[in-house]
Amino acid sequence: MKGEVYRVAGPVVTIMGIKPKMYDVVHVGHEGLMGEVIRIEGDKATVQVYEDTSGIKPGEPVVNTGMSLSVELGPGLLESIYDGIQRPLKVLQEKMGDFISRGVTANGLDRERVWEFKATVSSGDSVKGGQTIGVVQETENVEHKIMVPPTVSGTVEEIKSGKFKVDETICVLTDGTEISMMQKWPVRMPRPVDKKFIPKRPLITGQRILDGLFPVAKGGTAAIPGPFGSGKTVTQQQLAKWSDTDIVVYIGCGERGNEMADVLNEFPELQDPKTGRPLMERTVLIANTSNMPVAAREASVYTGITIAEYYRDMGYDVSLMADSSSRWAEAMREISSRLEEMPGEEGYPAYLSARLSEFYERAGAVKSLAAEEGSITVIGAVSPPGGDFSEPVTQNTLRIVKVFWALDAKLAQRRHFPSIDWLTSYSLYTQGLSDWFAENVAPDWVPLRDNAMDLLQQESELQEIVQLVGSDALPEDQQLILEICRMLREYFLQQNAFHPVDTYCPFDKQYKLLKAISKYSDMAQASLEAGIPMKDILSVESKDDLAKVKFEENFDDALNVVMEKMDKEFAALGGN
Amino acid sequence: MTKEYKTITEIAGPLIFLEKTEPVGYGELVHINLPDGTTKRGQVLDTSADVVAVQVFEGTGGLNEESGVVFSGETIKLPVSKDMLGRILSGAGEPLDGGPRIVPEDRIDVNGASMNPYSRMPPEDFIQTGISTIDGTNTLVRGQKLPIFSGSGLPHNEIALQIARQAKVPGSTEDFAVVFAAMGITNEEAQYFMEDFEKTGALERAVVFLNLADDPAVERIITPRMALTAAEYLAYEHDMHVLVILTDITNYCEALRQMGAAREEVPGRRGYPGYMYTDLASLYERAGVIKGRKGSVTQFSILTMPGDDITHPIPDLSGYITEGQIVVSRELHMKGIYPPINVLPSLSRLMNSGIGEGKTRDDHKAVSDQMYAGYAEGRDLRGLVAIVGKEALSERDQRILEFADLFEDRFVRQGRDEDRSIEDTLQVGWDILSELPEALLTRIDNKYIEKYHPAHKSN
Ligand SMILES: Nc1ncnc2c1ncn2[C@@H]1O[C@H](COP(=O)(O)OP(=O)(O)O)[C@@H](O)[C@H]1O
Ligand SMILES: [Mg+2]
Repeated sequence: MKGEVYRVAGPVVTIMGIKPKMYDVVHVGHEGLMGEVIRIEGDKATVQVYEDTSGIKPGEPVVNTGMSLSVELGPGLLESIYDGIQRPLKVLQEKMGDFISRGVTANGLDRERVWEFKATVSSGDSVKGGQTIGVVQETENVEHKIMVPPTVSGTVEEIKSGKFKVDETICVLTDGTEISMMQKWPVRMPRPVDKKFIPKRPLITGQRILDGLFPVAKGGTAAIPGPFGSGKTVTQQQLAKWSDTDIVVYIGCGERGNEMADVLNEFPELQDPKTGRPLMERTVLIANTSNMPVAAREASVYTGITIAEYYRDMGYDVSLMADSSSRWAEAMREISSRLEEMPGEEGYPAYLSARLSEFYERAGAVKSLAAEEGSITVIGAVSPPGGDFSEPVTQNTLRIVKVFWALDAKLAQRRHFPSIDWLTSYSLYTQGLSDWFAENVAPDWVPLRDNAMDLLQQESELQEIVQLVGSDALPEDQQLILEICRMLREYFLQQNAFHPVDTYCPFDKQYKLLKAISKYSDMAQASLEAGIPMKDILSVESKDDLAKVKFEENFDDALNVVMEKMDKEFAALGGN
Repeated sequence: MTKEYKTITEIAGPLIFLEKTEPVGYGELVHINLPDGTTKRGQVLDTSADVVAVQVFEGTGGLNEESGVVFSGETIKLPVSKDMLGRILSGAGEPLDGGPRIVPEDRIDVNGASMNPYSRMPPEDFIQTGISTIDGTNTLVRGQKLPIFSGSGLPHNEIALQIARQAKVPGSTEDFAVVFAAMGITNEEAQYFMEDFEKTGALERAVVFLNLADDPAVERIITPRMALTAAEYLAYEHDMHVLVILTDITNYCEALRQMGAAREEVPGRRGYPGYMYTDLASLYERAGVIKGRKGSVTQFSILTMPGDDITHPIPDLSGYITEGQIVVSRELHMKGIYPPINVLPSLSRLMNSGIGEGKTRDDHKAVSDQMYAGYAEGRDLRGLVAIVGKEALSERDQRILEFADLFEDRFVRQGRDEDRSIEDTLQVGWDILSELPEALLTRIDNKYIEKYHPAHKSN
C-alpha cells in the first residue's frame, strides 16, 4: 500500500493514505528514509524518522513494510559496530564515506560471509523454540549456538553441516518450515524465557570499589548517575573491558563520537583477562552518538538489549552498558514534545517510568526456553542535569535498579577515581553474594569488607568534628582511624583506569590489599595501647610504601617485601 | 520554480505562517521580499499541505501580509573556497569587509552531516598552548572540543587570543587556519579580537564570521554552522589544521530559547528548549580527526556561565558534550592571578591520549595527578584554617597548605605573553612538588621520582 507525506516537522512526519499498525516500519519520501509508526489518529499516522528529514516535502510517497522494527540475529554480530537501528557503521562508511548521509539501507548481518555450521541434531529429532540445532565458531572463543526461533517447533526433516551464508537454509522441519542461521526479532518485544532466578553470582569487574564494596550480581541491574566529568563513561568502559562475562553489548547512546572511536581503537588491542583473546571478539558496539538522529537514538537501547537477549538464550552471561540512559530518555522527550503529548515532570512523557522499568526488566538470570542458564546484567549511566539526583530520570531509575554507584563531582575534582561516593552508594546484592565471596575469595573477606565500610562511615562523622576543631584536637585512637581511612581511600578505593597494572585488579589482589591495610591497623592499634607515641606509629615507612604496591607488576613479591618491613618496624617500636 | 507567494496569514515573533503553497521541503531556505524592496532570509520549520512555518533570520521587523515569499528548493548552503582565508563575513556568510563575494569552489549544506564514528580517528596530537594550566594539567589535543567556561568580566578573551597566538604542535609545520565566529558579542569585543588578529598577522590565516550584539538574534542560529562548515571544508578538502573559536555560546543558546518561545514549545529546564542538548551536540560534535585525512577541526569556544553557575543548563549541557572544559575563576582573578584558570573543575578528557612518553614526557600524568591532589587538599585546608587557625594543623597539613599557594603563584600564574614549553611547565611542577615531603608524593611512581625529582636527579 502506498501513502503520502502530509506534514514534516523535524524527525516527526505525519503520513496519510495508508493504514499501518503501531510500530510498523515505513519508508518515507523519494529517498525511502526509514521510520517507525508511533501514533495513529484517524486517517493519519505519525512516524518517527531515523534519518535527517531536511528537504522532504508533503506529497512525497510513503511505503509500509508491514513489519515492526527488528534486528537480525545470527553469527557476525560480534566485533560489529552498529548505529541505533543496526546498520553496520563500517558498511555505511563504504557506501557513503566519512559522513553519514541518508536513504542508505544496510543489513545488520553480512549476507556474503560464509560460516562453518556444525549440526548438533539430526533428522527425526524433535526440536522446539530456543533449542540449539547446531553451532558456529563465531570468534575464537565464542561458540555461536544456532537456535530454533522461539515461536517455532517441530521435527527435523533435514539438516546439513557445512559452509553457509546466514540466510541460507540449514534445516527443514517436517511441516516445511525452513530455518537459517539468521533470525529476526522485533526490538520492542522481550525474547521469551522459561523462568527467571534470583541472581546469585557476582559480576567480577576487577574494580575494587565495585567488587569490594558495592558488587553487582550477574543478571542484576545497576545505575551510575553523575554530573559530567565524574567518570560514568570511564567506569562503563572499565566494566566492558574487565568484567568476567562472555559477551558485552556496549551502547553509546547520544554521547560522544570520539569515545566510540576510542573503544574501536582499543578493544582489538586489549586482552580479555579470562581468555587472553582480544576484547573485541566478545563485544558488540552500538553507536548512536549525540549528533546522529534522535529517533535512532531512542531505538538504540532496544537494539542493544535484543542482541543481549539473543546471546543470553544461548546460555551466556552477557553484560550490557548503556551510556547514557538519560540521552535515551531525552530522545523520548524530544519525540513526545513533537507529538504535542501532555508533558509530565520536567517535560518528560508520562510513560518515562514505564519505559525505564520495561527496559531494566529485560535484565536477569534466566533459564532459557531450552533450559540453558544465561544472564544479562544491565548497567546504565545516568546524566542528571546539573548533577542533581532529584531529577526524574535518576529517580525513576533508582526505583528499579538494585545497585547504585553514585558519582561525586567533588571526588572527581580532586582526582579521586573512581569517584564513587562510598557513603551514598549501595548494592542490594551484598548480602545475597556473601556466601559466594566467603567460598570463592576468603572466609574472612566479608568481615574485612564490613569493617572497612564501618571505618569509612566513622571517618565522615569524625571529619565533621575536625572541621570545627582541627585534627590535632582528636583523641589518638580517633586520629588513627582517620589515618586508616586515608589509607583505605588512597590505597584501596582509588584505582587509576589508565595505569597499565592498576586498571584491572583480580579479586585475590583486592583481598590482599585490604588485608594489608587491616594488618597495619591492628598493629598500630596494639602499639597505641602499649603507649607508643602516635607520631612514631604514623611514621612507619612501610605504611607509605604500601601506597604503591598496587602499581607493581609483581604485586605479591612487592607486597611481601612491604609487609616484612612492616613487621620489623613495629617490632622495633615494641608493643606488638 | 521561483514562484512568489503572497499568502502570509500570521506573523508571530521571528515566525511567519503561510498557506496555499506548492509542497515545500522541510528545512528549505526561504527568501522574503519586503514591500520596501529589501530581502530577508528564513528557513522552513514545519511544512504540511495546509500551512508552512518559516523562521526569519533577520527578524520579522517590516514584514507584512503584502510581503512575497520565495522558496529556494534547497537547504541553506555556504559558498566555500580557499580564498575565504583572510575574509570577514557576516553571521549569515555575506562579505562585510568590502571585498568581493566569495567565488565558490563548492556550496555546502551548513548543517553538515554527522561524522561516522567508525571514520573517526581518536585525537592524540598534543597541542602546546604555552599555558601551564592547560598543557600541564588539562592538555588540549588536535581534534578536541575544549571550551572555556568563564563569567562576565573575566579575561576569557585574552586567554583565547593567547592560545590562538601560541598554539602549536611541537615539531610540526603543517598548514593551519583559524575560524572565528562571533555570536552576539559587542562591537568592542569583536574589535579586540580583530585588532589582535591584524597585529599578529593571524588574519591572513583566518576566516571571520561576525554576528554582533545588535545583529538579529535568529541569525545567530546559523552563524556557528557557517563557521563550522568553513572549518570542515578547509580541514578535509584542504588538509589544514583548523582551530575554531566560537564566542559566545551563551548568546547562541539565548537565541535558541527565544526561537523556542516564539514557537510556543514546551520548555525544558529553566526555559531552554528540551532539544538543546541535541542542538548543541550538532555543533560541538563537528570537531575531530578523520582516518586517512590530513586536516583536523579543533574547537576552543567561549561560554560565559550566567551567574558563574556551572550547573546552569548552558554550561551543563555543554560539559556533557565537550571533551572537557577550562574553567576561569573569579576568585583567582580577584587575587590578581593571570590566567585565572581553576584546574579543579577543569578537565581535558583527551589528556590521557595526548601525553606521556613520545608525546610529552613519561612523568606527565603522575606530575599532574600529584599536583591536583595536593592543590585540592590545600584548598580544603584553607577553609579549615579560617576556622581553627593554622596552628591546629598538623605538620603535614601545613606543608600542603603552603603547596596550594605555591601552585597558584608559580604554576598557574604566568605572563600574558609567556609561552612556556611543556618542559618548562613540568619543571615548574617538579619545583613546587619538591617543596613537599617525598612521602606525600604517593601518586608518582618511584622511577619518576628518581628521574626527575630535584633532590634525586643526577646533575
Ligand atoms: N577510574 C578512573 N581512573 C582515572 N581517571 C578517571 C577514572 N574515571 C574517570 N577518570 C577521569 O575523569 C574524566 C571524565 O570521566 P568520564 O567517564 O568521561 O566522565 P563522564 O562520562 O561522567 O562525563 C576522564 O577523562 C578521566 O580523565
Ligand atoms: Mg560520559
